[in-house]
Amino acid sequence: MSAHSHDHDHATEGSELDEMTLRVKALESLLVEKGYVDPAALDALIDTYETKVGPRNGAQVVARAWADPAFRERLKTDATAAIAELGFAGRQGEHMVALENTARQHNMVVCTLCSCYPWPVLGLPPVWYKAPAYRSRVVIDPRGVLAEFGVTLLPGQAVRVWDSTAEVRYLVIPMRPEGTEGWSEEKLQQLVTRDSMIGTGLALSRDEMKP
Amino acid sequence: MNGAHDLGGMMGFGPVDAESNEPVFHAEWERRVLAATLAMGALGEWSIDASRFARESLPPAQYLTSSYYQIWLAGLQKLMAARGLVSVGEMASGHAEGPPRPTARPKLAAADVARALAAGSPTERPAPAPARFAVGDKVTTRTINPTGHTRLPRYLRHHLGEIIAVHGAHVFPDSNAGGKGEDPQWLYTVKFAARELWGPDADARDSVTADLWEPYLDAV
Repeated sequence: MSAHSHDHDHATEGSELDEMTLRVKALESLLVEKGYVDPAALDALIDTYETKVGPRNGAQVVARAWADPAFRERLKTDATAAIAELGFAGRQGEHMVALENTARQHNMVVCTLCSCYPWPVLGLPPVWYKAPAYRSRVVIDPRGVLAEFGVTLLPGQAVRVWDSTAEVRYLVIPMRPEGTEGWSEEKLQQLVTRDSMIGTGLALSRDEMKP
Repeated sequence: MNGAHDLGGMMGFGPVDAESNEPVFHAEWERRVLAATLAMGALGEWSIDASRFARESLPPAQYLTSSYYQIWLAGLQKLMAARGLVSVGEMASGHAEGPPRPTARPKLAAADVARALAAGSPTERPAPAPARFAVGDKVTTRTINPTGHTRLPRYLRHHLGEIIAVHGAHVFPDSNAGGKGEDPQWLYTVKFAARELWGPDADARDSVTADLWEPYLDAV
């Protein structure tokens, strides 16, 4: 997790948002009047990504990969099919690849050209993932970005940055924390953070896990 | 095109500003822009490649000073006007001045949202020819500067890489974005040594990969 706080000028942002609110309301009512969109469909789309789909889905995939060697193999062979076993599939996850972090290689994911992100397992991306600072820098200075996120690499660990330039979507499988042998999948899921599945974080250690 | 969206390797944007406990949306209008963009996309009047090009072809100063959903809104407005679905006058007034235009697919109904999202839009297609490259092959990326849409970023042009995965043939965005057909092409994951891209200051152990279509690549 980054130490940086969100310190925008809220007064300025507020007036900008008001203008945007008006513009978007006008556009939506026009599209409804023209018969192109159904407001109830918009509500259903929003509800899906705000309350149903998010990084807890990905945490289930990671915990299963840690706990079930056969699933882990299927994930390596055909991640789209393996992830679908858990019920996660569809838009922006049509062609999935799982990237397993090891003591030799740490993987990180970016989309330098836009904001490609595996929606079915992680939900919609955070603002920083879509913003120029991360997209520009992670490919040229991945170790600097990791340091900002507070990630300490293992000695000798290589870093590979995966730029999502096509419709292949990547899910990082973080290294399993020590001392978690025999844990249930439900308990393991609590160690898996969103950032650990992007590669800008690690899984929580036993001691970091919230009681 | 060589637009402001093609950010890999640029400098000066400062540290990554990661907000803790970030909400999915920061304002109600962001929710509506996301949903309107997905619902309008469901009408089949443009591809995901065309919508990416609509966003990345915004003037660079506008692109870099707009928030993410402001970029999405501008892209959506551009596409709707270009396809004649909504006139510029209607967007200014917020009221319909004429009947709707028939669309390729019907309006997305609330009852169909879950099914549409679960189906997604897979881009793999039957291969038009055998793959030219296999895992382990060395390739160089081409020097190209198309004025239309491309998914070969500037920082990966004219560099030596290695094929590490073959993904089948996929819709070729450079063709599809401009309405010139899907033209499926073989898609590969290509690995580049960090020093090949950035020079001796990069860590010798590190690498960058990208998913690149066959027309971007030459045999070594």
